[in-house]
Amino acid sequence: MESNEVLIDCQSVWKVFGERSKEAIRSITERGLTKREILKEYNCVVGVADATLQVRRGEIFCIMGLSGSGKSTLIRLLNRLIEPSLGTVRVKGRDLSTLDAAALRETRARHIGMVFQSVALLPQRTVLENAAFGLEVQGIPRDERNRAAETALAKVGLSDWKLRYPRELSGGMQQRVGLARALTADPEIILMDEPFSALDPLIRRQLQDEFRQLTKDLGKSAVFITHDLDEAIRIGDRIAIMKDGVIIQEGTAEEIVMNPADQYVADFVAGISRLHLVKAHSVMMPLDQWCRQSPGLSPDSLPRCSPEADIDALIGKITGTGSDAIAIGHGGTTVGVVTTRSLLLGVRGESDNRAAA
Amino acid sequence: MDFNPGAVLAPVVDWLNANFHGFFAIITRIIETVLGSIESALLVLPAFAVIAIVVVAGFFAAGLRVAILAGFCLGFCWLAGLWEASMQTIALVVVAVAIAVAVAFPLGILAARRARVEAALRPVLDVMQTVPPWVYLIPAVMIFSLGRVPAIIATIVYGIPPMLRLTTLAFRGVPNDLKELGQAIGAKPRTILWKIELPAALPTLLVGLNQCILLSLAMVVLAGLVGAGGLGAEVTRGLTRMEMGLGLRAGLAIVAVAILVDRLTRGTLERKSRAA
Ligand SMILES: Nc1ncnc2c1ncn2[C@@H]1O[C@H](COP(=O)(O)OP(=O)(O)OP(=O)(O)O)[C@@H](O)[C@H]1O
Ligand SMILES: [Mg+2]
Repeated sequence: MESNEVLIDCQSVWKVFGERSKEAIRSITERGLTKREILKEYNCVVGVADATLQVRRGEIFCIMGLSGSGKSTLIRLLNRLIEPSLGTVRVKGRDLSTLDAAALRETRARHIGMVFQSVALLPQRTVLENAAFGLEVQGIPRDERNRAAETALAKVGLSDWKLRYPRELSGGMQQRVGLARALTADPEIILMDEPFSALDPLIRRQLQDEFRQLTKDLGKSAVFITHDLDEAIRIGDRIAIMKDGVIIQEGTAEEIVMNPADQYVADFVAGISRLHLVKAHSVMMPLDQWCRQSPGLSPDSLPRCSPEADIDALIGKITGTGSDAIAIGHGGTTVGVVTTRSLLLGVRGESDNRAAA
Repeated sequence: MDFNPGAVLAPVVDWLNANFHGFFAIITRIIETVLGSIESALLVLPAFAVIAIVVVAGFFAAGLRVAILAGFCLGFCWLAGLWEASMQTIALVVVAVAIAVAVAFPLGILAARRARVEAALRPVLDVMQTVPPWVYLIPAVMIFSLGRVPAIIATIVYGIPPMLRLTTLAFRGVPNDLKELGQAIGAKPRTILWKIELPAALPTLLVGLNQCILLSLAMVVLAGLVGAGGLGAEVTRGLTRMEMGLGLRAGLAIVAVAILVDRLTRGTLERKSRAA
């Protein structure tokens, strides 16, 4: 499923809000003013500053940040609900700013669906009509759009609720309808702006797992916004962390947890459980280092795990076999060794080989 | 020194009269024709037949309760001996409201979208709403002379502000996420207006329509003073001759007409929006 085709390509995008945003942008490009200086000099709010990101086919890209960090602004730049002040956004290779109104509508209708935090269901329409609404505005005949909507509703497990009205559904179910509406139009990319934030923790987890499964099964790509790092880690293949409009770090969950870019990110990841996140390859020490430390021992005598084994699995291995080191390798080649010490450091999100790496 | 706006306005009205006489004559003709045909359509059948038709139509358009209520209201007008006057008043109100809505609705939407339009309209609306209604009648009569036409013009002017204000309010109140939804799924602006904004704005719009109808009715009655005929003329007659009975009957007939028109429009629009 994973391929390298870039579906969304966002290059150095800025969004400045305010009456004097044009002047503010000019001084950003010419004088390199910071967000705070812009606010002071021009009374403009920098919503998104110099954001660059790429979303590839089949991946779920999470954007994580606290309230006001510019997540909603950024995701709305991706389908041009907000015009960028500077920079370009390409969707499937086409620069959005060059599209005329009709072509933009076409792109939104065909290629990028969106799910909202507030769900945004139309109260006077049934669940089925809501799910079919995207196709309805495209002028698809009723039978055809209802069939597509029924399929989508079945995927999110709401087949029995077709003829109900949104107000008769719980929050979690409404959010599923929102997802079904996006799926009905069968876009390649789904933008999700904090879709689960208003739900209680249990329903939320359930929906997170369902959503990830569904997206992967259907081969969709998604940009998923959240203010909850746990959620980002559960759902995202890659995560970008935003602060004050700037993407301060981007990478897989493991990369972010193991190598936080700054103190801000470090504080964020401090409370995250590493058990299933950190893999053997990031906590192991190189083979020669281990050989130097433990002369006379051969790695072949140790129990073995793959580099993809997570800390939980490694702990299982160590407690199960009684050995205090595990050889890491694929096939016959050993690439490193995890000792009890490196494992304990890994649980804290540190790595034994950092000095060496 | 007195400041007398009338001294400025009167020559303007005179000038309009002198130079646009043909134009006003055409307007008069059009309004007279439309009004006349609606009136005669309402009066060509016997009263009980009209009542029956309204009740049946009301039942299908707005449900049983509205149908029964409509029957009562019309029945009262008939039994009170004010059938013809009631029909004239209804014709006047229907035409006035239709025109007022046709003007106020698009302007109201425009004002909801562009702050500048709203800023320009606000003082005009303020004036239109605070000037005592019979003052409108003066220039209207000066231009269109006595009769139904100045009455309906003054009524339209009087009915526009509430409809316009509430239209703006209604469209402002449409949740932003719904509008965003429309854009995000690639809907055309017109589709967003009709399928998303209008249903969401409808409850407030109905309040506006209701205000428009009731104020127009009040104005139409007042316009009895300038010879607009209908129930207004009956009230005026009751007043000038000190006939308590006639005044009361005409007054109650006005209430009946008000309830009738309001419930019928509201019921129909509400049901339609639910079905859509
Ligand atoms: N239309 C606007 N006009 C002016 N400023 C805006 C506008 N929209 C957003 N902003 C500002 O841009 C910044 C980023 O807002 P944004 O809504 O993108 O944050 P967010 O990360 O989505 O926050 P939340 O988690 O609360 O939704 C904020 O400082 C906000 O005040
Ligand atoms: Mg947001």
